[in-house]
Amino acid sequence: MTDAVGPKTPQGVGARLPRKEDERLMRGLGQYVGDIRLPGMQDVAFIRSPLAHARIRGVDIPEAVRGRVFTAADLDDVRAIRAVSGLPGFKVSEQPPLATGKVRHVGELIAMCVAPTRAEAEDIAASVTLDLEELPAVCDMRAARQPGSTLVHEHWGDNVFLETFIDTGIAAAFDAPIKVTRTISTGRQCMAPIEGRGCVAVLDHRADQLVLHTATQMPHVIRTGLAECLGLEEGRVRIVSPDVGGGFGYKGILLAEEICLGWLALRRRHAVRWLEDRREHLTANANCREHHYEITVYAERDGQLRGVDCDAIVDSGAYSAYPFTACLEAAQVASILPGPYDLPAYRCRTWSVATNKCPILPYRGVARTGVCFALELALDTVASAAGLSPETVRFRNLVRPEQMPFDNITNKHFDSGDYPQALRRALETIDADAVRARQRKGEPDGRRIGLGLAIYCEQSAHGTSVYAGWGIPMVPGREQASARLTPDGGLELRIGLHSHGQGLETTLAQVAHEILGVPVARIRVVLGDTAMTPYSTGTWGSRAMVMAGGAVAAACRELSERATRIGAHLIQARPADARFENGRVLGPSGEVSLATIARTWYRRPQDLPADVDAGGLEATSGYKPVRDSGVFSYAAHAVAVAVDPDLGEVEILDYVVVEDGGVLVNPLIVDGQIYGGLTQGVGTALYEEMLFDAAGQPQASTFADYLLPGAPEAPAARIVHMETASPYTEFGAKGVGEGGAIAPPAAIANAVNDALRPLGAELRHSPITPRRIVEAVLAARSVAAERKAAS
Amino acid sequence: MKPARFVMERPRDLAAALSMIAGADGATKIMAGGQSLGPMLNLRLVEPDRVIDISGVPELRRTDRANGSLVIGACVTHADIEDGRVPDVANGMMARVAAGIAYRAVRNRGTIGGSLAHADPAADWVSALTALGAEVEIASRARNSRRIAIGEFVVGALDVALAADELVTAVCVPVLPSSARWGYVKHCRKVGEFAEAIGAVVIDPERGRGRAVIGAVEAAPVVIEDARILFGGAIGPSFAERFDASAADALLVAAGMSDPIDRHVHVTVLRRAIGQASVQGSAKVLDAA
Repeated sequence: MTDAVGPKTPQGVGARLPRKEDERLMRGLGQYVGDIRLPGMQDVAFIRSPLAHARIRGVDIPEAVRGRVFTAADLDDVRAIRAVSGLPGFKVSEQPPLATGKVRHVGELIAMCVAPTRAEAEDIAASVTLDLEELPAVCDMRAARQPGSTLVHEHWGDNVFLETFIDTGIAAAFDAPIKVTRTISTGRQCMAPIEGRGCVAVLDHRADQLVLHTATQMPHVIRTGLAECLGLEEGRVRIVSPDVGGGFGYKGILLAEEICLGWLALRRRHAVRWLEDRREHLTANANCREHHYEITVYAERDGQLRGVDCDAIVDSGAYSAYPFTACLEAAQVASILPGPYDLPAYRCRTWSVATNKCPILPYRGVARTGVCFALELALDTVASAAGLSPETVRFRNLVRPEQMPFDNITNKHFDSGDYPQALRRALETIDADAVRARQRKGEPDGRRIGLGLAIYCEQSAHGTSVYAGWGIPMVPGREQASARLTPDGGLELRIGLHSHGQGLETTLAQVAHEILGVPVARIRVVLGDTAMTPYSTGTWGSRAMVMAGGAVAAACRELSERATRIGAHLIQARPADARFENGRVLGPSGEVSLATIARTWYRRPQDLPADVDAGGLEATSGYKPVRDSGVFSYAAHAVAVAVDPDLGEVEILDYVVVEDGGVLVNPLIVDGQIYGGLTQGVGTALYEEMLFDAAGQPQASTFADYLLPGAPEAPAARIVHMETASPYTEFGAKGVGEGGAIAPPAAIANAVNDALRPLGAELRHSPITPRRIVEAVLAARSVAAERKAAS
Repeated sequence: MKPARFVMERPRDLAAALSMIAGADGATKIMAGGQSLGPMLNLRLVEPDRVIDISGVPELRRTDRANGSLVIGACVTHADIEDGRVPDVANGMMARVAAGIAYRAVRNRGTIGGSLAHADPAADWVSALTALGAEVEIASRARNSRRIAIGEFVVGALDVALAADELVTAVCVPVLPSSARWGYVKHCRKVGEFAEAIGAVVIDPERGRGRAVIGAVEAAPVVIEDARILFGGAIGPSFAERFDASAADALLVAAGMSDPIDRHVHVTVLRRAIGQASVQGSAKVLDAA
């Protein structure tokens, strides 16, 4: 069952501590890549492909700008980005940092221009003429699978990065009395963190290192990838990730631009900088999502599920992104589509399809947002077909708490939780009865009320065994942390992953405080610099709190043991009689503070015991959970909406999130994560879509065309926490970074469909735009009118 | 996303501004707030040789009453109107429209004349001022100043009847009789976004007259100079009940709007603007859709 874990100490695990980092970030004193000024620094502007698919016949560089423009011919010693999956049948794409031979999407890099200012670099770019032979483009993932389609990579013979198939025996479900089939899809999106990508590269001659300051979630992985592409020893590369203004997955990939800047810096006596502008961001880089499902659900009349059968396609774009690869989404769809339900039969075929669009990149929730959308919409159609409420179908099929830990039909190991309880609380909190009463009563303004539900579970902090199976360039092992006491009793923590909005400078300090008792204000957390921190695969997959939190705890425990031995000597106790508590070593005859112990180690070594641990008061420890298959956080979302059927406007009247992220290190920060994720989920549900025309031209290049939810569109959600400790992790924590963005599209779509069901309209594509609603309502009205005319 | 090189000039008075505009060689753009021109420069959608910033010209920030009209200087900001620093001659309509333009940061800099001269079909002033029967005042160094109705001034999307040496100096808004009612509804995808559809009406049931505008179409707004055709030929006290959607739909078909969903949305928005006008003066709070 759920036990709320209260804070043991005001600053430790469970404390709602305001974020330490906000002191600088909220005063405009953060240092982002765009704030870095180095002597003589010059700016880079890229020349990008204006066409989705074309052969490069030539690049005409005017005499006046020679030496300031570089093409693939100049970068002939640079290796292409290769992000290969070990899954059988995966086809490899080679992505040269600057295009060679042909370009495969609008925005692909063709040349790099360098000048004292960005405006001048753009002037140079405008003076260069491209000679491109346009080729037919394939921009629809379903068309790309057809025989005879234009090929993105000719030598493949088709456009499929990877096809996967699983069938546990779906035929057993075929005699079910209820069978619903739906085509459900999600739009292509752009991630849109406040800060785009950007980097400053410079050669540090003293250290003999290429230093790349870059806005990244994974400095160590970028170091490995960059060194490989540039042919450098890893020791000759240092990655510094300064303050990062949001990542969401977009900063969890190696960019061709980073390689280009690194190459350029190696040949220049000054720093070079590239700051992505919003047009580059939208049209050339930050694509994500875009799933297409043909899903059939089999069920009994009482809502008991008999099986799910699905064909899923993901539009992976032109290249496989490093390190997560082009099959990150589709291959996961197959394994996570069953969601939090106990399914008796399941079949799923997936395709990761190459098209002439920018590569698809991981985005908060990764495949889960699409999967949740497909399954939860399909379950509402089952409920409707069976004449049952949506919650009845879900209660009948959710994995029950007494089944935990539970291995589901795709062998996902659910560690703990009470899924039905989350749904119950969501229904109570939103007061489903009252919403439905209002719905029946009708609105004076003609709008229609709808109630929508969605529930998901999310594998977080999954580790070695999972990623080794995928065989991608990066497999997480033990996360490491270094902890060091300073001579005056302060603490320094150094961790190789990064914080880009998660508040890890606060929460990791809380973990250290929990173990060592050092005040949070006296704990410095160093992140994001390969020269200062242990290796880490970085911050992604809702893993940072579980993995780095566990590592910090382990390193601090090691320190407390070493301190206890020194302290015991100082208070003349036997080590066995001394204990560490709240930052002090206590013994039968007295006590001594950590600060005194630290001062002794550093400044009065003459007072140390002869057999003191030579490692002193600096420890690096590694950590992974007892099981590394991931720990499952989950949430139930409930939303009430009012839909204007004539204009298609959707107002969110109330939104409830009941989530269980295990034991929460800082519930205040978790709330922030949920509000942020939820707002992005509202964007997926109602606003955000990157459309392409038939020639592969992206249809939005500014935020006037690519709509993000703003403050007025962010719902004033109510959050209810459940805290079921994971049996496998330090403190029982689970990952919570992504969950907020997973369920909103499904919950909101179900609410809109609930509102419009009496009209006969049903929406199955996100975002649910006003136009799509009006289209569906008018189509349903004309069907009704025809029926009436016929009868 | 940095602009190409251009020369920036800031005239200190109207005469200097008109001289600069008349004497300019090469491509010139006039900046009256920069809320549309700024992004267009950065995106290099326009690459003028010269930008003349008129926002500091004092004559263009004045507001005067003259001959039954309020003459609002071209560089009066949306926020000036929203906040009531400009007298209300339209029974509250101007302040209401101003308050719904984009978001506050844009309203602080964006100007009424700049918006009209830019003539984005989705812009609020183009539709609202047309419904009010407003005129623009245009000046040049060489000729006497002239006034034309906004319906004639805006000839298409981003296209206005303005010669190369001319400048919009003011907007003249006729004082609305107290018996007149207005409705203004815009449909947009989120707060502050460009409109997908606008309905603007000014109706005087006592005189049986009215003007209606269907805006945020692909081109210049559809202006129904005599709105009686929307109400079966006459405007009476219960005009909203007599709204003839098919007449509005037919006007949109005639204007080239072929998509039935677009027409449905535009007609719905017009209907709601008329509904708003019909309840004006009653206790009911008027909230734009």
